[in-house]
Amino acid sequence: MVLGQEQAQRYARHFVLKEIGVSGQKKLLQSGVLVIGAGALGSAAIIYLAAAGVGTIGIADYDKVEISNLQRQVIHKTGRTGMKKTVSAELSVKELNPDINVRLHNEKITPDNITDIIAMYDFVIDCTDRFETKFLINDACVLAKKPYSHAGVVRFEGQAITYVPKKGPCLRCLLGSVPPPQETMTCSQAGVLGAVTGIVGSVQALEAVKYLIGAGDLLTGRVFTIDGLSMVSKVTAIPHSDPDCAVCGNAPSILSLNNNREEYEVKSCSF
Amino acid sequence: MVKINGNELDVSGKTIAQYLSETNYSTARIAVERNGEIVPKSQYDAVVLEDSDTVEIVSFVGGG
Repeated sequence: MVLGQEQAQRYARHFVLKEIGVSGQKKLLQSGVLVIGAGALGSAAIIYLAAAGVGTIGIADYDKVEISNLQRQVIHKTGRTGMKKTVSAELSVKELNPDINVRLHNEKITPDNITDIIAMYDFVIDCTDRFETKFLINDACVLAKKPYSHAGVVRFEGQAITYVPKKGPCLRCLLGSVPPPQETMTCSQAGVLGAVTGIVGSVQALEAVKYLIGAGDLLTGRVFTIDGLSMVSKVTAIPHSDPDCAVCGNAPSILSLNNNREEYEVKSCSF
Repeated sequence: MVKINGNELDVSGKTIAQYLSETNYSTARIAVERNGEIVPKSQYDAVVLEDSDTVEIVSFVGGG
């Protein structure tokens, strides 16, 4: 592939990075990343992937833009309330970087459709807001051997890990199963600050870019956490998978998404 | 002494479940690692903390 003159200007700051350069930029332009959830984490992740020139960005969401989203979901705009989030996100991506091929998945991600959708991409980013869906994405990616970035945020706190097959624990190794509703706070009780989602969503985009160009050390076998109030951020090494993990362990009990679909059904809006 | 998240604590002899019950952790939303290995939730009652153990406890949140 030959880069055009405008592309050479657009990505000039990447070319001087030895980790990216022209060859890394070409890799990015030829890569596809799926972002599930065009909310707060997704706003940061999608916009930085687009800016970086990740050639194909899939955006999955079934919600519409509401005015109460806008204190954190900065990819959307006031004039777009009522618009599908996928369509709004695509408008922002195209405004920033018309190079990007955007693929919209205007549907709820379920055990029935997720495997076919993630198969279209090199890397998946979980920007959803419920543990049930986060476990569905985890299990689907483990079963499909698809690398992905997990993250969560609430209030001023967030965390991120990167799953790469056979290279470290998955979300289920770490947490076991979807936390029950009584262990989580409802949407209305919790709250979240947009800047914190911006940090964590940016970490997810950074992980995707690093994976695609093969640079640096991923959050594989390591958990990134940040508390925005104390401004303490940490990376905790948890290098080994759980050999008894129900999906990625030595004798897994979750062999298909279908035989575990009850766990993926949303019981509450969990934080 | 047991090192938990970098702090030396006098909790040897307690099970992980006992230690967690004295803290504010939500057990469903944490990962516990002891001496480099994940402790499955089913083992919290069985694993007894010993002197010079190193434990990391990481909390997860589910919003996005």
